[in-house]
Amino acid sequence: MADPMRIRAQMAGSMVDVRVLMAHEMETGQRRDAAGKIVPAWYIQSVTATCNGKTVLSAQWGPAVSKNPFLSFRFSGAKAGDKVIVTWTDNKGDKRTDEAVIS
Amino acid sequence: MNRREVLKASGGTTVMALMISVGLLKSGDAAAQEWNKNAFEAKNLNDTVKALGGTAATESKDITFVNAPDIAENGAVVPVGVQSKIPKTEMIAILVEKNPNSLSASFTIPDGTEATVSTRVKMGQTSNVHAVVKAEGKFYYATKEIKVTLGGCGG
Repeated sequence: MADPMRIRAQMAGSMVDVRVLMAHEMETGQRRDAAGKIVPAWYIQSVTATCNGKTVLSAQWGPAVSKNPFLSFRFSGAKAGDKVIVTWTDNKGDKRTDEAVIS
Repeated sequence: MNRREVLKASGGTTVMALMISVGLLKSGDAAAQEWNKNAFEAKNLNDTVKALGGTAATESKDITFVNAPDIAENGAVVPVGVQSKIPKTEMIAILVEKNPNSLSASFTIPDGTEATVSTRVKMGQTSNVHAVVKAEGKFYYATKEIKVTLGGCGG
């Protein structure tokens, strides 16, 4: 199981400012290890953020997103105390869901 | 009698499980849709736009790069933010022209979410970076060159 994400959700006027830092190798499948073998690709393919049951952002990623991916976005229609839930799925089918309370 | 009850009960649980799995799919995967393999395997801007369901993208001054550097010291971590002022922006994609596959990330922007996203991408070498925006079924793009002093692919 992967390490937890760090999520910060803060009110910025009427919008919610969300910053997510995920812990993931994001291996491209192009790199070779010391023995000259290709390190198999391992990366997050989809990310979904929801708040109050509504999807506020969804993303599809390729291996070109940096290791330990960072993501930031803003959305409206929520208030302090609501929860932002972020889920990612990688190409091996691993999943991780974390949540943060909007402050 | 006994058997029927068991069957009934097990039938019920199967339906329940199905409903739950459908519910789960709705909340996550359906919104994100199936991973667009073709788009991520495309090698250039035009092919990527086609794989994303468009025909051709027009250049737009309403798309801007936010906190993307002119020169990135480390190609493994290049911050790229894209802001679209095009009304009804539905999707934002980030493409790095000279990477093995152009498309780095695509974001679906629902109503109520600002058409601004930032992330970090890898760049193999100095390259043009395209921001592609889909709004009302049309595709637009903007380009910025980011110079890389140390490549981030292949190590």
